[in-house]
Amino acid sequence: MSKRVLMKGNEVIAEAAIRAGCRYYFGYPITPQTEIMHYMALTMNKAGGTFVQAESEVAAINMVYGASAAGGRVLTSSSSPGISLKQEGFSYIAGAELPAVVVNIVRGGPGLGGILPAQGDYFQATKGGGHGDYRNIVIAPASIQELYEMTVEAFNLADKYRMLVMILGDGTLGQMMEPVSFREKEPIVIPEKPWALTGRKDREEHNTIQSIYINPDDLEAKNIELQDKYKVVSRDEVRYEELNTEGAEIIIVAFGTCSRICRNVIRQASGIGIKVGMIRPITLWPFPTEVIAAAAAKPETRAFLDVELNAGQMVEDVRLAVNGKKPVHFYGRMGGNLPGQQELLDQIIKIHEEGK
Amino acid sequence: MAIVFEKTKGLTDKPFHYCPGCTHGIIHRIIAEVMCEMNILDDAIGVSSVGCTYNNYEYFACDMVQAAHGRAPAVATGIKRVHPGNMVFTYQGDGDLASIGTAEIVHAAARGEKICAFFVNNAVYGMTSGQMAPTTLLGQVTTTSPFGRDANLQGYPINMSEMLATLQGAVYVERVTVVDFKSIQQAKKAIAKAFRVQQHGLGFAFVEFLSTCPTNWGKDPVDSLQWIRENMIPQYPLGVFKGKDLEV
Ligand SMILES: Cc1ncc(C[n+]2csc(CCOP(=O)(O)OP(=O)(O)O)c2C)c(N)n1
Ligand code: SF4
Repeated sequence: MSKRVLMKGNEVIAEAAIRAGCRYYFGYPITPQTEIMHYMALTMNKAGGTFVQAESEVAAINMVYGASAAGGRVLTSSSSPGISLKQEGFSYIAGAELPAVVVNIVRGGPGLGGILPAQGDYFQATKGGGHGDYRNIVIAPASIQELYEMTVEAFNLADKYRMLVMILGDGTLGQMMEPVSFREKEPIVIPEKPWALTGRKDREEHNTIQSIYINPDDLEAKNIELQDKYKVVSRDEVRYEELNTEGAEIIIVAFGTCSRICRNVIRQASGIGIKVGMIRPITLWPFPTEVIAAAAAKPETRAFLDVELNAGQMVEDVRLAVNGKKPVHFYGRMGGNLPGQQELLDQIIKIHEEGK
Repeated sequence: MAIVFEKTKGLTDKPFHYCPGCTHGIIHRIIAEVMCEMNILDDAIGVSSVGCTYNNYEYFACDMVQAAHGRAPAVATGIKRVHPGNMVFTYQGDGDLASIGTAEIVHAAARGEKICAFFVNNAVYGMTSGQMAPTTLLGQVTTTSPFGRDANLQGYPINMSEMLATLQGAVYVERVTVVDFKSIQQAKKAIAKAFRVQQHGLGFAFVEFLSTCPTNWGKDPVDSLQWIRENMIPQYPLGVFKGKDLEV
């Protein structure tokens, strides 16, 4: 690792993308992610790449589709309302099996909502959003260092699986400054792309990229192929962090910014003699179902507490993983508000008392 | 024996699926011929859109990608930015380009994106069975203007060529048709000029083709050609709207 520098989350994303060999960025301004665009506008040309301010998020994601089809490493970023507009493009990218990285610095919704941090886009990010049976890899970093490392990783995963990889952050992560250590050399892995559109040149056959299969058998076969790929991703690419889960009575499940608050509460709880651990999904899809199921099976685990900055979205996946073995409680704040430590500690004490 | 006529190598051997008398086929062929004549087939990357020609990625022998409805100019932008040396074109209908995709075409033109957009105006939505398009003529009967397009209720036709010609980034804009030998020769010249504009990196090039849809117009192929002459050309005059004096 080289020297540590203090940087804003959004700028780290842009810097990480360029380090990862991303040379094409297409975006449309929206708070709280605009610094990504600003940084790209300043640095992309110098890096020998292209920055285009698109006329809309719809255009931006379709530029991504084109650049990816042409074989480029490509990024777009936005925040919730803009991500809604990109969903059609996500579906086409999934259908055409194109690699792409998309950043969503989530803000509060629905509608125009607010500009403060939220996690209300969990469903949209992990369950589709666009039409058809498809999946995107969704990564939810919780620190600026992780934001950097996972952004680099996102490009490798996108190319490896020819899939869309979403970095799901929130306004806090995008706006806050933290020290980050950049590597001397990034672990860039760009596979050959014989399928890319480069002009036919000396190829016998023209390359074509599309997501339409009019014949039902062809479309079913394509869907089966996609599902098989998603199975491999689910098996091989689950990332999570476990904290103090050994012997824990209550296990918190939280991701991103929210998990940082929970981390402090775990320490406080242990101060008053309640053993609390945490499972922090880093990939929201694929979801760390097995590790949660294993924790639920332990006799010392008495209950789960899922904490989110929404009305309860990931909690559905937690419940599926726990599968009725233990009670799953939920606590959430919305609108851009964050839960206070005492607020969460009170929840833990309540669950602890109930379990006696 | 000397070969006097050969199918262009710019098209694959896949049979077209277009209706009898539909001029999409002619337009495909002349674009393909021009690519071969200009020796750019191996550099070309085309973008298919959504409409009757959704699968012309199977017909053009160059590299091709299929885009979402209306988004072909944005997709072409992405491709061109990755491969500035390649020849990038879109092929779009009037529902695709003049309705759902107006933002993308206008801004690709305004950016002076170095691509060619081939715009096929048949005054209806062909693929989805003859609904009113933005280019539908006043009084024209379609499945969604069954009493004839009424300006009071449905507004007026959009003249895309004239509109795009007002943008600085659009350096060459021409409207052509393919109703007879002479107009087809002119259309070929327009296609070639559009590609040359791109080769020279001058900016955005746009060719609009007045085209038939016998199936949804409820006319036979010959009457359809006549309908273009009598009804479409008065609303959509042929000619160069931008770049007349451009020497390329
Ligand atoms: C987002 C979206 N909306 C609607 C459609 C349905 N659709 C398919 S083709 C088409 C109209 C195409 O008409 P046009 O562009 O005029 O081309 P033509 O078929 O006449 O060649 C529509 C509305 C679609 N595929 N995607
Ligand atoms: S429906 Fe119209 S535009 Fe489509 S192929 Fe038939 S004639 Fe051509």
